[in-house]
Amino acid sequence: MGEIVFEGEILHLPLGATVLDALEAAGKDVRSSCRSGICQTCMMQALEGSPPAKAQAGLRDTLRVQRYFLACMCIPEERLVIGRPGAGFRCVATIAKLQLLNDSVSEVRLRCADTFDYRPGQFVNLVNPDGIVRSYSLASIPGVDDTLALHVARVPGGAMSGWVHERAKPGDSVELLGPHGNCFYVPGNTTQPLLLVGTGTGLAPLLGILTDALRQGHDGPIHLFHGSVRKAGLYLVDRLRALAERAPQFHYHPCVLEGDVDAGMHLGPIDAHVPEILLALKGFRVYLCGHPDLVKKLQKQTFLMGASLKEIFADPFVPAKPVEHEKVLMPFPLNS
Amino acid sequence: MSKSIFEALGGEAAVEQAVDIFYRYVLQDDRINFWFEDIDMEKQAAKQHAFMTMAFGGPHAYTGADLRTGHAKMVERGLNDTHFDAVKENLVKALNELSVPAHLIQQVLDLVETTRNDVLNRAPAPASV
Repeated sequence: MGEIVFEGEILHLPLGATVLDALEAAGKDVRSSCRSGICQTCMMQALEGSPPAKAQAGLRDTLRVQRYFLACMCIPEERLVIGRPGAGFRCVATIAKLQLLNDSVSEVRLRCADTFDYRPGQFVNLVNPDGIVRSYSLASIPGVDDTLALHVARVPGGAMSGWVHERAKPGDSVELLGPHGNCFYVPGNTTQPLLLVGTGTGLAPLLGILTDALRQGHDGPIHLFHGSVRKAGLYLVDRLRALAERAPQFHYHPCVLEGDVDAGMHLGPIDAHVPEILLALKGFRVYLCGHPDLVKKLQKQTFLMGASLKEIFADPFVPAKPVEHEKVLMPFPLNS
Repeated sequence: MSKSIFEALGGEAAVEQAVDIFYRYVLQDDRINFWFEDIDMEKQAAKQHAFMTMAFGGPHAYTGADLRTGHAKMVERGLNDTHFDAVKENLVKALNELSVPAHLIQQVLDLVETTRNDVLNRAPAPASV
């Protein structure tokens, strides 16, 4: 006999019943297909309590640490408060600081009214005072930074980026929904080589992952490729170079597609540069963030270079379309 | 019976290894890789995992009807026996690379063969849905 709480309602489970059985018996609209832990259609998230290991078999470790589980395989061993995947939290925050990182990227520092639990590299949906919603990845580290850090690129005509770059000021109130996404560092394998590739503000999640990995004692090689169309689009170059001096396992590869480059920058497509530095990716964990076409291309390329499907994490920054409020919880960051 | 194939092949860990090797061959096989051209890699990873679990005789509950619905659009676009055979060839290559004994490879192929009519949306219709 177990008990679960789903969307505020207490459900009692007969002996041997799964969470999926209980949800269906209660008439909840829950999708499922194989009922044997393979198809992952019935995935849920435990908000309180831990799901049994059997209910997490076959899930990526990033999902496991967020306590996602398969309802069809879950016979709870303790009281669970569960929600649909990605339900996340809602939090009010104020702008603590705004700082330009280059001509077109602003770092927004936010102070949350309540504790906001996240992993560096995940993304949040930011709601500004005009009700505009856009997704941004988190470059900060919980417990180290007392504020959340987002990188916002100025986009011509962009509703949110126009607000951030021209009108927002410290003290302004915003709302955050989330966190979402699977692009984050998972401790437990400190010697695994890591490949981080991103373009534009795709650096934000990668910076979060990098900082988190180093802070947790990761001593396997970490290769960060950051690309931009022009040199002026790169940012935090000096900081990353200094970090590479201090941390010998970290290798920074700034890439510029066209125009002038400084010494130590690669000129040409970023996806062509990766195999020039790394011949094979067997055993690597790969994080890909930024332009959706590039992310897609690199997912395939890194897989063919030997990375396992389970080790490739992608976060395509899909450009913003007019966003309705219902679409707030879309799984991909928008980048206007 | 089928559970013993799954276990003889090495269970879940073997499925994961086989998925990577098999899908890498598929993406490099010009006879079939265009079917995977515009596809979400993350969703595909889960699908390939489900396919391999099925091929290994592991726990699954996909019905013939699921396979029909899942491939109907591809059949409209010309999915046929040559593609099905090419997938089987790549599966054999992957299992050989993993040094799976020939008699187990044959059992895997026999299992996969039972899905041919459903995948290609041909009669006979599935006996049970």
